[in-house]
Amino acid sequence: MKFGVVQFPGSNCDDDAYHAIGSIIGQPVEFIWHQSEKVSGFDAIILPGGFAYGDYLRTGAIARFSPVMKAVDRFARSGGLVLGICNGFQILLEAGLLPGAMMRNKGLRYLCRQVHIRVESTDTPFTCAAHRGQVLMAPIAHNDGNYFCEPATLAELERNDQIIFRYVTPDEHDAAENDRDANPNGSLAAIAGICNRERNVVGLMPHPERAVESPLGSADGLVIFRSMVASLARRASVPA
Amino acid sequence: MIDTEIKVTPQIASEHGLTPEEYARIQKILGRDPNFTELGIFSVMWSEHCSYKSSRVHLKRLPTEGKYVVQGPGENAGVVDIGDGLCAVFKIESHNHPSFVEPFQGAATGVGGILRDIFTMGARPIAVLDSLRFGPIAPGPGAGNATAEEIARNRRTLDGVIRGIGFYGNCFGVPTVGGEVVFEPSYSNNPLVNALALGIARREELFFARARGVGNPVIYAGAKTGRDGIHGASLLASAEFSEESQQKRPNVQVGDPFMEKLLLEACLEAMRTGAVVAIQDMGAAGLTSSSSEMASRGGLGIEIDLARVPQRETGMTPYEIMLSESQERMLLVAERGREREVFEVFQKWGLDAVEVGRVTSDGKLRILDHGRLAAEIPAHAIAEEGPRYERPIAKPRASAPQAKMGLLEFAPKGSDLTEDFRRLLASPTIASKYWITEQYDSMVRTNTRFGPGSGDAAVLRLKETKRALALATDGNGRWCFLAPRLGAMHAVAEAARNVACAGARPIAATNCLNFGNPEKPEVMWQFSEAIDGISEACRALDIPITGGNVSFYNETLGKPIYPTPVLGVLGLLEDAECALGSGFRKEGDAILLLEGRSQEANLKAAAEDALNELSSSEYAKTIHGVVAGTPPAIDLAAEKRLVECLVKLASAKIILSAHDISDGGLAVTLAESCFSSEGLSAEIALDFDTANEAAEFALFGERGARVVVSVASSSLASVRAVAAQYNVNVQPIGTVSRGEFRIQYKGTPVIHGDIDSFRKIWAGRIESAIEAR
Repeated sequence: MKFGVVQFPGSNCDDDAYHAIGSIIGQPVEFIWHQSEKVSGFDAIILPGGFAYGDYLRTGAIARFSPVMKAVDRFARSGGLVLGICNGFQILLEAGLLPGAMMRNKGLRYLCRQVHIRVESTDTPFTCAAHRGQVLMAPIAHNDGNYFCEPATLAELERNDQIIFRYVTPDEHDAAENDRDANPNGSLAAIAGICNRERNVVGLMPHPERAVESPLGSADGLVIFRSMVASLARRASVPA
Repeated sequence: MIDTEIKVTPQIASEHGLTPEEYARIQKILGRDPNFTELGIFSVMWSEHCSYKSSRVHLKRLPTEGKYVVQGPGENAGVVDIGDGLCAVFKIESHNHPSFVEPFQGAATGVGGILRDIFTMGARPIAVLDSLRFGPIAPGPGAGNATAEEIARNRRTLDGVIRGIGFYGNCFGVPTVGGEVVFEPSYSNNPLVNALALGIARREELFFARARGVGNPVIYAGAKTGRDGIHGASLLASAEFSEESQQKRPNVQVGDPFMEKLLLEACLEAMRTGAVVAIQDMGAAGLTSSSSEMASRGGLGIEIDLARVPQRETGMTPYEIMLSESQERMLLVAERGREREVFEVFQKWGLDAVEVGRVTSDGKLRILDHGRLAAEIPAHAIAEEGPRYERPIAKPRASAPQAKMGLLEFAPKGSDLTEDFRRLLASPTIASKYWITEQYDSMVRTNTRFGPGSGDAAVLRLKETKRALALATDGNGRWCFLAPRLGAMHAVAEAARNVACAGARPIAATNCLNFGNPEKPEVMWQFSEAIDGISEACRALDIPITGGNVSFYNETLGKPIYPTPVLGVLGLLEDAECALGSGFRKEGDAILLLEGRSQEANLKAAAEDALNELSSSEYAKTIHGVVAGTPPAIDLAAEKRLVECLVKLASAKIILSAHDISDGGLAVTLAESCFSSEGLSAEIALDFDTANEAAEFALFGERGARVVVSVASSSLASVRAVAAQYNVNVQPIGTVSRGEFRIQYKGTPVIHGDIDSFRKIWAGRIESAIEAR
């Protein structure tokens, strides 16, 4: 089992994801340079947070054209696990691996704070070790986390159980439409994370890699990485 | 020598900010008249900002040595040994004037500049703190006579500055973990933006800006050179503001944090190749300072051909290229024959890196333009032989009103002081800064154990070891205005106390000295006094100064700011698990007041000084509009005992939280420990005597060497035992509770109310002021 963390110019949570996988989860992990045209040998790929290509033009807009994204696209289409965190989520949206788009936060300000998200579906390799309705505390840190999509797309996401994480209040209630404390960026339907139809690609705005050690605020993000490890272990044990 | 278009005259020299005497010295050094490019080079390097010509004679008095110090002042940043083969590299720097002219870019490039100073030394930046001062953002007694227009501008300035800090640090990927935001009328037309950065390096991987090896190539790396920021150091940073200062906007640099992130990674990777001999960033005075200082420190010369310098504009003159302060640029000296290794790294990161010249043996900075000589000056003369002034010093005749009876009108004995307490919580200096700090990424790199607002100092764990570092900045301009020496001593003591409240032993400091026009004897007196105060306190607390920055000319239309020395103190925790926050932890815990001074000493001193001291407090300013008297007397021995006692209590895991008593006094401190807890409150009974009967003295008085700690009630005896060893006074004053926040003074309730209602006042103040604009 080997994890890969993609390094775009401007990625700045790459070391944190590497640390979470390598030192906390204890799984083999390597960096993947953005110029790489192949990602063979990896079982899961993380697109980390940061400001890939300086967020010039639009978040993720340039990163999607980097050579590694062609390889990530092939990897995803062949069923490999891809997790996009924050800027990584934005890149997945731009690359068309996930539906929808990110707008500037509702208040037009960068926000870094702990939020609460509820696991809406455990039917993904990223949430299979959680229980449905489990609320996780993890930090957000972004300018553009205001998720948006067409009504038809939203209906499809709902229908296919593709909404994986929603922002909720600290006491685990749904975030009201204008509750900027619970849903600080103003995301449509309080969406914090979604998956693709095939359920092997997940993007989320909060940073689970920053929530793996209690002394730093929360260890709730561990369940996401542990889910990945568990599902990869299951795959490995089933002959292809 | 090529002809430059403009012939240098004494008149042109004067327009460059050079005095007739300085110009004569330049002629003497060169043995001829300088050409226009050379004049430009001298003018920036001999500017106040680069040469420290007014401050250097005083800075010598600062203690700079200690057992942890690896590198003191004189390099790009200070370095201290933190054990396990690691070094902490840190420094604070000002970007005041640019931040007033163009708040967003001014603050952004302030952060960019200090980050480069850190990674130039081979260290990876792990934290930034910002010490900010603005004019009033809300009307009230504490706002002096600030006009509505002034208040509106201060709000815009604050908004631009915090957006600029966030823009740069967030993208670069360094957590902004702390600092201060203070409001005083004196900063209305001259905000202070002081940025402190901390980095970590292995001791053997440290780099220095000292050219070596005649014939070695000089390599330019990073962003291309443009016309931005020309004369940022000399004209912008080294002169007062006038009504035309907005016209100086083109002197402000423009920052690109993405470029800086690439430059960081490329530089650290290039350094690891072993092919880099020396490196310095192009900050103030750009190519001029980096080349001449590297040459001068190495006792060598450097020759550069400007035709090879990557440029983003056409037709730039040698003068413009040498003086440009375009950001995100580095100058390296590589080992001859290994330059390829360096180029490959920069190429990998998509950055320009070109050989622009070589190290020479003749000690000269020689600038060629397409092979033709454009300037030739002894490097040592520009870097080190700048003028040194012993400027006249004169104590102002009456710097501030004296405190006298009747100046502060106290409520009748036994009154309810809750309304005063509410107003203090709403004072922007005391109010929560969460709305500001949540616009900064405070967690990236996953080392932040205590970030903004959760402890008296920011605490960063070190992944490589069990240890952690704590950092705090402090400085009380109002106190320094009233008594610069005493105020400066308090700045050192408070920063040290804050670090100790986090459980860390203070080991070194950096300082940013913000003052008015040094050509005024009263300003120079303030400066000299402050240096003496810092020196005395640092010696007493055993905290050497490893670097920093002086910012003079903080005046607009002849009105200086409060003299504001800001101290950044670094502390070391042997065990990251012993780090402490400021918030209460558990209902039922005991709340204790720890004092470095004995009760008898307190009473004796207070009898003489109590009124004077209260007149200089945040309470006097906010409630009565009074700034008078003197700062509290300081007892450095008591401060040291308290610091040592706190470190011991933390390392033995006896206490659960610690919070220094400062702005707003004991009442505000207690409320803050509730606010940073998870919904807890406090039930307090104060029985001690103060020199004055009025409860205001006990509730709102500010005095050094005092902290509030909380402990499990079963640990009280252990606290007493440790405190006794350090001769620190322990007084149980109450219990951690829920709901109602109550303070009694000598049996009478004086402050009471629901903790959440107090929290709302405190939490929403800054946002409502800025977003209401």
